[in-house]
Order: sequence, then C-alpha cells, then structure tokens
Amino acid sequence: MNLKELYQEIILDHGKNPRNLGKFDNFNKDAKGHNPLCGDKVHLFLKLDENKKVNDISFEGEGCAISMASASIMTDLMKGKSEKDAKEIIEKFLDMIKEKDNIDTKLLEEDEKTKLMSLGGVKNYPMRVKCATLSWHALSSALEDFQKEVTTE
Amino acid sequence: MKIENIKKEFPIFNNKVQNNDLVYLDSANSSQKPLVVVDRIYDFYTKEFSNVGRSVHYLAVAATNLYENTRSAVQKYINAKHKNEIVFTKGATEAINLVANTFGQKYLKEGDEILLTELEHHSNYVPWHYLRKNKGIKINFAEIDEHGDISFEDIEKQITNRTKMIAITHLSNVTGAILPIKEITELAHSKGIPVLVDGCQSAPHMKMDMQDLDCDFYAISCHKMYGPTGLGVLYAKKKWLDDLPPYQGGGGMINEVKKDDISFGELPNKFEAGTMATAQVIAFNESINFLNKIGVENLVKHENDLLNYGEELLRKNNSVKLIGNPRKKGAVLSFTIDGIHPHDIATILDEDGVAIRAGHHCCQILHDKLGLTASARASLGVYNSKDDLDKLNESINNCKKIFNK
Repeated sequence: MNLKELYQEIILDHGKNPRNLGKFDNFNKDAKGHNPLCGDKVHLFLKLDENKKVNDISFEGEGCAISMASASIMTDLMKGKSEKDAKEIIEKFLDMIKEKDNIDTKLLEEDEKTKLMSLGGVKNYPMRVKCATLSWHALSSALEDFQKEVTTE
Repeated sequence: MKIENIKKEFPIFNNKVQNNDLVYLDSANSSQKPLVVVDRIYDFYTKEFSNVGRSVHYLAVAATNLYENTRSAVQKYINAKHKNEIVFTKGATEAINLVANTFGQKYLKEGDEILLTELEHHSNYVPWHYLRKNKGIKINFAEIDEHGDISFEDIEKQITNRTKMIAITHLSNVTGAILPIKEITELAHSKGIPVLVDGCQSAPHMKMDMQDLDCDFYAISCHKMYGPTGLGVLYAKKKWLDDLPPYQGGGGMINEVKKDDISFGELPNKFEAGTMATAQVIAFNESINFLNKIGVENLVKHENDLLNYGEELLRKNNSVKLIGNPRKKGAVLSFTIDGIHPHDIATILDEDGVAIRAGHHCCQILHDKLGLTASARASLGVYNSKDDLDKLNESINNCKKIFNK
C-alpha cells in the first residue's frame, strides 16, 4: 500500500472519527508520550481491573494523522485484553512496524491485524515510524508504571 | 547561460523519483548540484588528487593551487578585501562555532551579553548557549513583529552597554525576512560591538558584498549554494582572524612545534587544522563559476518572480496560511493548512514528487513564538519554475481533498 492509500484509508476510518478520544474518570494508570521533532503529544489513560484486564482505555492528544489514527486503532483493540496479552501485542506491533512483514500473534483477529498492517506503510520512513509508535510506547510505559514521559527521541 | 534552461544542468532532474518528475522545493535545506560540480569532484579524485599545503611533489603543488584558487574565487564573489579573510570550515555551523568559541574564550566574561533574534537557526543559538553555560554570559533575543520580521529598531532597543556581540541571520529560513544588516552593523560599530551574520540563506540568493555590509563575521553554507556538502566558509575581517586564538589544533595550522611551546601558522592556515575537505573546496570553485555565469542579478530577478507567483497562488488557496509577511522577503514559502499536520502535508506531497520540508526547520524558538509546533516550507532555487509552483498548489489541493478540507 502506498502512503496515499494509507492516508485515504486511515483518515476516512479514524481521522474523522477517532475512537476513545478524551479522558475518563476512574483510570488507574496513565502515561504521556511526546515526539519533540514534530510536536506530537499523546496522553494515555488506562483502567486495569482486579484481574489485570484492560477495562477501559482512552487517549488525549494532538499530532499528525498517523499518530492519532494509530492511537485510535490501538485503544480500540486493547479493550478486554489482559496486561500480559497487551504487552505481547505491543511487542509484535513494534516488530512489524520496524522490520517484520506480519504481526506474529494469535491474540488478534485477522481484521485487527489488517488495520495495524496498514500503518506498516510508514516502515520505510523512520521519521514517520515515530509517529505511528508514539501511543504504543506510552501504553507500554503506563503498563510498566513508569513515571517519566516517554519520548521517541 | 539562460536561466529558463538551467534545469538541464542538474542531472538529478533526469531521473524519476518514485515514478514522478521531481519538483524540488527544499533548497533552503540543501540545493541540488549542477553536473559541473559533480564532474569536478570526479576529475579531481581520478586525475589530480593529492593532499594540499604539505608535500612538494607535482600533484601536491597543483592541488594546493586549485584549493587556493577557490579561496580567491570566494573572495571575489563576496567582495572581501583580502583573500585570507576566507576560512574554509566543515559548514556554516562550524564557522559560527569557531567564532563563538574563540571570541568567547578571549573576550567574554560573566554578565556579558550576546544579542540574537527570534529568527535564528539553532546553529546561531546553540554555540552561544555553550558560553551561557560555561561563562555565564546572557543571551538576549530581538523579538519578531507580527509580520515575522525584525527591523532596525527592534535590534536597536535590545542593545545594552553589556552587549558584546550581535549575531543575526541575514535571511530567515522560515519567514524569509531579509534583515537590514548594513544599517545594523553601522549602529553596532558606533557602539563598538562586532556583528556576526548567518548568511546561509542569503548567500545563494542575494548579491554578496562584505565590504559594503562591513560586518565582522559572515557564515556561509556551500551545499546550499549548489556546492558540495561538508563545506562552509567563514568570512572574517583580517583584524579578527589575526587577533583571535586558533579554534582547533593539529597539522597544517602550526609554525613551530617544540616540547615546551608551539607557535601557530599564518592566515589562513591558522584556522584550517588537519586535512581539509579538499575535493569539496576545489569543486566549490565550479559552483561559484556556475553562479557567475547565471549572473546574480538574473538569479535575484528569477527567484523574486517565482516568490511573487507562489505567494499569490498560495494566498488564493483557501485554508493555506502563509507564515511571515516581511518588508523584504527571500525565496521561502512557509505555510500551514488548518487541520492538517505539516508532516502529513509533506508526506502526501512527496507521493506526488513534490519535495518540501516539514517541521520546525531548526527554529524552535520562532515556532514557539508563532504558536506552532511545526510548519511546511517550500523553498526555491535557481532551477525552479512556475510549473513547479503550480504542481505544489495542485498537490496541496490533493492533500486537502484527502483530509476533506
């Protein structure tokens, strides 16, 4: 998929109508991400229940279409996942966006994988890879309870 | 050399980029290279190569002469008084670092002030910041007006009796503002303050006359002037180069080296330690030749026409906002589009073969002041045409369509 097609697809799907945008009240974990080069910012909110499952997840942020769409897609598919599974999905997504041709996990449905693969269009653009991975790094940091803001630099 | 046919002097335009004809609008970042410059590098390495200034064999002497010929060509092009006022560096960044470091070492102490502007590229801020850290100097910024411009008065009111250097851009790489350097220098000198000018954006696009400007230091980036990368020029008045201590130590810049003392070489060797970017210097002579063949008056007219044409196109384009409307403007068109991040703009334009820059263009202070995290920038070079600007506008329209703007 060339980048223009990628844009057309993700803008239509997530740009106009981002999922899970805005803070919710009873979150118990959160983390911020910042890409100083392009100014993209994301603040991620997370509620893990007593079984360490993602009960709710949302984000606030501003940035380019790729970083916003990536956060939108990510928060959508993380709902209901266990902490352990979430970490595996993050790892597999980051593998895919940096080098691999597929997302090697049984934890996602095929249509979810397809959506994530569409973001793989940025693979050859290291500057844009940072946009696509910003919210994923923030989620990883929230799960690890890091206090420090993550940055892609 | 006719400017209308100039594109064919640049081999990069013979090839498709991602199946598109290249519309190159990123010359403020770095310019493309004419074939004569590329050929010169090849010829030097294949037929004439030797290190310069050291050995006495035939090739070494010939290479030294070629190297020094470029120094003379630069002197002439920028109308410097002496050949030895031209120092080659690895870039304009190094040229500014050289001045900040040596001038700072010799003349600056705690509480002294340096005056910059909010328009400065990071390369004319960060080197001074080191002195703030190490020596406790203070850095003041002349503020931009609502047009992204800096006037003579804006500079005048920031000068204090502790100002020890004014370091300012000649032409902003974001707003395109051209600063009144000659007037500012006159004022500064009347108060005994030297002036350093960041000439990266002006040297490729304006007539250069050091004796007329009368500034003390002028930094030039050769790769923005249709020349090779890895090369810059520091112009400095001879009295400063005689007076300031060497910047880097090494071979080529010494006179006598003993176990208990070292004496330094004469100008210009004093500031050119180690083996220099020899091939680049020699090839840069061809860039100067190339510019001379076009004629700087023709170049200025061509780029002014394009700038006016481009400004009008973008002004008419709804939702495109131009950044900066200075009194005198150079060949940059910085803009934003409501609701579309500049990186998205640049990526979509790239798919159409239109190469622009997006980001803060190494001017974070300026972008903070403008309330922006980033902007998109189309910048012009001698090879651009109205066609290129039409394609830019068309591609912006594509981009708006994708984002439903």
